[in-house]
Amino acid sequence: MDPVLLVASIMVSATPILLAAIGEMVVEKAGVLNLGVEGMMITGAVIGFAAAVGTGSPVLGFAAAALGAAVLSLTFGFLTQYLLSNQVATGLGLTLVGLGLSALVGAGFEGVRAPGPGKLWIPGLAEIPVIGPMFFRHDFMVYVSLLLVAGVWAFLKFTRAGLILRAVGEDHESAHALGYKVVRVRMAAIFFGGACAGLGGAYVSLVRVPQWTEGMTAGAGWIALAIVVFASWRPFGVLIGAYLFGGVTVLQLNLQAAGANVPVELLSMSPYLITILVLVVISARGVHGAPGSLGRSFHASA
Amino acid sequence: MATLLSIRGLTKAYPGVVANDDVSFDIDKGEIHALLGENGAGKSTLVKMIFGLVKPDAGEMVLDGAAYTPGKPSDARRAGVAMVFQHFSLFEALDVAENVALGMENPPKPRDLARQIREVSETYGLPLDPTRTVGTLSAGERQRVEIIRCLLQNPRLLIMDEPTSVLTPQEVEILFKTLNKLRAEGTSILYISHKLEEIRALCDTASILRRGKNVATIVPRDVTARQMAELMVGASFDTPAARAGEKGEVLLRTDKLSLPAPGAFGTPLREASLEVRAGEVLGIGGVAGNGQDELLMALSGERLAPAGSIFFKGRDVSRTGPIGRRDAGLLSGPEERLGHAAAPNMSLTENAVLTGARREGLVRGGFIDWGKSKGFAEKVIERFDVRTPGPGTAARALSGGNLQKFVVGREILQNPDVFIVNQPTWGVDAAAAAAIRQALLDLAAQGAAIVVISQDLDELMEISDRFAALNEGRLSPARAVSELDIEKIGLMMGGAHDMEVAHVDS
Repeated sequence: MDPVLLVASIMVSATPILLAAIGEMVVEKAGVLNLGVEGMMITGAVIGFAAAVGTGSPVLGFAAAALGAAVLSLTFGFLTQYLLSNQVATGLGLTLVGLGLSALVGAGFEGVRAPGPGKLWIPGLAEIPVIGPMFFRHDFMVYVSLLLVAGVWAFLKFTRAGLILRAVGEDHESAHALGYKVVRVRMAAIFFGGACAGLGGAYVSLVRVPQWTEGMTAGAGWIALAIVVFASWRPFGVLIGAYLFGGVTVLQLNLQAAGANVPVELLSMSPYLITILVLVVISARGVHGAPGSLGRSFHASA
Repeated sequence: MATLLSIRGLTKAYPGVVANDDVSFDIDKGEIHALLGENGAGKSTLVKMIFGLVKPDAGEMVLDGAAYTPGKPSDARRAGVAMVFQHFSLFEALDVAENVALGMENPPKPRDLARQIREVSETYGLPLDPTRTVGTLSAGERQRVEIIRCLLQNPRLLIMDEPTSVLTPQEVEILFKTLNKLRAEGTSILYISHKLEEIRALCDTASILRRGKNVATIVPRDVTARQMAELMVGASFDTPAARAGEKGEVLLRTDKLSLPAPGAFGTPLREASLEVRAGEVLGIGGVAGNGQDELLMALSGERLAPAGSIFFKGRDVSRTGPIGRRDAGLLSGPEERLGHAAAPNMSLTENAVLTGARREGLVRGGFIDWGKSKGFAEKVIERFDVRTPGPGTAARALSGGNLQKFVVGREILQNPDVFIVNQPTWGVDAAAAAAIRQALLDLAAQGAAIVVISQDLDELMEISDRFAALNEGRLSPARAVSELDIEKIGLMMGGAHDMEVAHVDS
């Protein structure tokens, strides 16, 4: 197997999870546990696909996917932040809604082919031998996802808004006592997380596959959730986690193609097994860094 | 002196209770004004209105001649009102500078902010490193973060909510110097406390709240602490009777008990040795976060200790869990009422079953005997004067003080041989606290050995026979209370780290 092609395909394979995970990390940093990532991804996948087919523009497809999934995530936000419903149950519900909704919307799109985004050669860098084809000849979303990681990192570390977001996730009572709008900050984070998950889903349906099949995100949203924990809620940890998972996925696909003497089912399982294994090892080490108010409902008393 | 803040007829009602009823008083420029009252008297609601967290139903405030109607805390901060919270509004995972920035309207750039923090901390004798994570700071240091956050905004009025409840005597002294310096500079301070001697030492005037009403505004130096207490409570109350009598055999002994910290922000226990005899009360003091919770968990059996470190009646119980220790007669009551001592959403009867099931025989053949359980809960409610509609009420619905009476009473009525309790009167009003202390002394008089872990030194001095202090998980040797004074206790608590370098220019 050509190592150049291998690295390039790992980047493509990791991108949907990276997008969804970086969004979910921001949501969790604000103290909200949204288990509906899978539902928002699949919704993004179908909306992005439909919009790209309808307009012929993959960029508009991605934009529609981000907006659609973000609007869907606002229902989760409204239920959990204003009506104080349980975040775990509501998140699971969101996933089920997303899967059902996408099947309904996507019914007419089976077998259609969507216009994919072309490769974007980074001037000057794409011509470098080996490195160029590995890193600098991808579609624009790969670069967007990497810029998002850097952007989120800088936002959380250097900006006042990022500090407030972390404070809200760390201890919502204290943040409220200081006069910060806990619910508003969380709604904004949920919206961002939804948009990112939508982009991730659209990347699956417009680039990776690229066509629409029901349930095509195939658990990527769950992996994104696991990767946030794996990363100990650090943006570059999310990057490493997503690329690690993407790497294992591509490797097992190559092993399958090479006809390795291992049952296909076992190989298909391997990325998930390895994710669980890494999570166990990380948890056993006892370094967590989970936001203090993660998953807790906030109700301003007086 | 000119008036800074004038409060006129402030009223705030919540469903079922009038928290503040027509409260009026004036705070002068450059004075320390005490706000005094029992738990539930309405102090918190009043300061929340001043700080813009709660809107009053009626009444008005005038700040320096202009109408003052803060709609949110940032309005209050802009008007020059700053507040140091009782339960600190700090973020453990963030560092000092980030915490300070979160409390400011327009924080400067991080590097300038760190410099300003150092400057203010030196000027006011409050040493603090801006880069440290707040989770690693002691309670006293956390309070400094809050104070410095306020001072950086040059407040005209500084509100302090029970600032000394978590400090060692030395730290209190430093705080008072800082407050006096602020007063000399013309800053007004609204000082909330129920420690009467402290108010007499520090404050110029005091307003006393009782059931939401301002019952008196007095000059604390002119009245006795007892008079203030009676104004607060509205009646006289009993102080616990003096104890006497022989001490019996050693019931509980630990031998160099060491345990690693339970989490990133916990404290390890380091070779803590103690012994308590029958009929004796051992008081354990110390600044919060020096291993109190960890000691209680080790003694109760919640965390198992290495073999050979805890002995109950001469038997090694180090590897016995809480159920085994309870069966043997070693009972305990943790500090945190909701979620540790009691399950918040369960009824009082259910909570009574949770610890009393075996000793009180509330379970038969695997089934709960609800009639008997209800009877036991009712007995606790009656004996300890728990104010509640009945044993079917959820624990969460009780006020802090009432729930405290219930969880302490629940253990005492199970006739323990050894009773370990952490902060038995935390957040309980004066009369109820006296009742709980008396119950502990009665229990000791019946021959039980009692370990009281508390941050209230007055309480420990009042009920303990011997006193030991926890400092970073180390337990000092216990000494008879009769030979101690506040100076020696402070040294035993050792909480005054890095105090020597601090000095106040006055």
